Amino acid sequence: MRKGILIYGRYVSVVLRSAMQYRLSFFLMAAGRFLIAFNGFLGIYFLFSGFSEVKGYTYGEILLCFSIMQLSFSLAECCANGFKKFSGTVKRGEFDRMLVRPVSPMLQVLGSGFELGRIAPALTGVMVLFIGIKNCSVDWTIGRTAALFLMLLGGIFLFAGLFMIEAAVCFFSIENTECMNVLTYGAKEHGKYPIDIYGKGLMRFCTYVIPYTMVQYYPLQYLLGKTDNCFYALYPLGVTVFVLLCYLLWRVGVRHYKSTGS
Amino acid sequence: MITMEGICKSYRIAKRNAGLKEACKSLFHRENETIEALSDVSFTIEDGEMVGYIGPNGAGKSSTIKILSGILTPDSGSCIVNGRTPWKDRIAHVREIGVVFGQRSQLWWDIPVIDSFELIKEIYSVETHDYHHNLEELTEMLNLKELLRTPVRQLSLGQRMRCEIAASLLHNPGILFLDEPTIGLDAVSKLAVRDFIKKRNREYGTTVILTTHDMQDIAALTNRVILIGKGRLLLDGTLDTLRQQAADLEGGEPSEELDKIVAKLYRGLDIL
Amino acid sequence: MKKYISFFKIRFQVGLQYRSASIAALTTQFLWGIMECAAYRAIYMSSGMEPPMEFSALVSYIWLKEAFLAMFNTWVTTDGDIFTVIMNGDVAYELCRPVSLYRMWFAKSVGGRCATAALKCVPIIAVSVLLPRPYRLSPPRDLVAFCFFLLTLFLGLFVTVAFCMVVYAITLFTISPQGLRAVLTGAVEFLSGAVIPFPFIPQPVRGVLELLPFGSMHNVALRVYSGSLAGGEMLRAVALQVFWIVALVLLGKAICRTAERRIVVQGG
Repeated sequence: MRKGILIYGRYVSVVLRSAMQYRLSFFLMAAGRFLIAFNGFLGIYFLFSGFSEVKGYTYGEILLCFSIMQLSFSLAECCANGFKKFSGTVKRGEFDRMLVRPVSPMLQVLGSGFELGRIAPALTGVMVLFIGIKNCSVDWTIGRTAALFLMLLGGIFLFAGLFMIEAAVCFFSIENTECMNVLTYGAKEHGKYPIDIYGKGLMRFCTYVIPYTMVQYYPLQYLLGKTDNCFYALYPLGVTVFVLLCYLLWRVGVRHYKSTGS
Repeated sequence: MITMEGICKSYRIAKRNAGLKEACKSLFHRENETIEALSDVSFTIEDGEMVGYIGPNGAGKSSTIKILSGILTPDSGSCIVNGRTPWKDRIAHVREIGVVFGQRSQLWWDIPVIDSFELIKEIYSVETHDYHHNLEELTEMLNLKELLRTPVRQLSLGQRMRCEIAASLLHNPGILFLDEPTIGLDAVSKLAVRDFIKKRNREYGTTVILTTHDMQDIAALTNRVILIGKGRLLLDGTLDTLRQQAADLEGGEPSEELDKIVAKLYRGLDIL
Repeated sequence: MKKYISFFKIRFQVGLQYRSASIAALTTQFLWGIMECAAYRAIYMSSGMEPPMEFSALVSYIWLKEAFLAMFNTWVTTDGDIFTVIMNGDVAYELCRPVSLYRMWFAKSVGGRCATAALKCVPIIAVSVLLPRPYRLSPPRDLVAFCFFLLTLFLGLFVTVAFCMVVYAITLFTISPQGLRAVLTGAVEFLSGAVIPFPFIPQPVRGVLELLPFGSMHNVALRVYSGSLAGGEMLRAVALQVFWIVALVLLGKAICRTAERRIVVQGG
């Protein structure tokens, strides 16, 4: 484990040095990503200059939800970007190289794919988080603060799990990874509103198929004081099961790769 | 020591014709085509041997290398490298082998070569002392001194290949797989690479398995040649055996240039 | 002129060959539209206030935006090859041809965008008119509105392409074309009304946005269709579109000429 972290750190340092070879490009790309995330905030800001609430959620509460999703998505994307680049890794035959090295291939995929610039939207996330906190009347008890961090953590793992599925799919078919965008980018984009505003059908999908509600709707109810059931704050822990299933799929994929070699 | 016995490997490839109608059809019923990549391949390679592994494109060379390096699991047969089965004990196995893929790079494009080396050191957990010792020797033998501080994108192909080879040897493996190490290199670089491989084998007793289409590589480096075609092992012997075989097949003088001999063999054995 | 039409045709044909209308991409866009409609519906239902746009007009706006996304995308999925040429320096070869770089790229860009949009708009519109009531794409307000919709759609396309041409011309000078593009894409997304339609933005911000070239891209056509923009206001918007096309084309050509001269001097 310690060795794993050390090697991941090494990769990060190498990747950063590579990125700094193109400093201007790096900062402009990051600025672009920041702006796109910021547009999401502007949208909510202007929309709520005309409307006062959505299904009982106020402006500040929506901002909290938006910022938590932005933060967890961009942190997950930054660290697990290797999964997203994986179809290229397989196509170029780089996965073979990873298999002839005495460390876990997943660690190498994650390490070599690390991309700091992807973290830029997290900056928007932090800004909006503070604006949201100022604009809502949440009483920040220890339990609620913990709920916030659990939501973030759960969100990061949930998105990382989805990226892992995207990568695992590459073992079977290189071309069909586009459909995963609905589940990753779609969730980031539309998860800015609490899922219950979209109706019952989607709530069910987001609970039993991909457990988005575990990191968004349920803990949010506790966080905003809409329920006193503090059990809701622990829902994000349920993501562990989901990530475990994603990991199993990855393992199946690696095994498949080793038996077909392509 | 490397022993391969009765290794078989076949791929199933889904047959699909162009067109929407065919694509829809294939959703329900898929025709599979089985391709025998390797059938009943057996050989033994002693420690310190240098072996050339040749055959036309698609003969099964890279499948063999993949099996030997633990990337690919065969359907049947056994393979023992230094007492281990590569695909079962992959992590322990790959510590003792070095692999150079001639057409792919393991170095980071934008940063100096030495930085990539440091990362590889970490991945193989090479002791700092050993690492410096190996690096020094490789630098000397491959004449890398000027190159280490240069970003890879500024290196010529020949310079890069020397660095690639060094990168694969930093953990001092006993077995080295070279997959077309001289592809695209100019004459000077080719000679440098060949010289190095020869020297490494002589001084460290490194076992070398080399796949290539360049018959001069084979002539310069190896005594033993294994010829594979359509997944079958067709010949295992010296260059002279190769010559003899070609002569037996088509008659004529046995002492032609190597490329012609090999072309004759490929055609004569009907493995193209 | 004939050769530029053939550039348009070639790019159009390539666009049709390309699997840009893949089922996966269409599904993504379609679900996107549904989700956006659902969110607005929740907002409309829970607020007592008078919305600045009728719900059916908003739904039309969203579906048409998805249907014609390819036409107005500043993020070059359709202009990929133009950008590649700039990035890898092959632009030097393009300069060797006996054609105007500006006109050739303009024709290519319009062709590529039209092809992709033609492939995508049919299935998206076909499905969205069949959806149940509140999410259904309603027919245009009247025949006049529809004619003006088509007119402003193409004017908007030309504004978009003319703007992209300015960007391409500038990227001929910078060392970081990708970065520049990323920043501009981020900015244009909001300024063109892709994040939220203009009627939701309060004055005076809205007034400014409508005057900028980005307000003349897809904003006009999508609102003309449902009658959210009509009468004198609409005619003013059309005039503004024409103004921006002329202004951006002149600007783009000027920068392009300077860049061409520089590239020739540097020898690539």
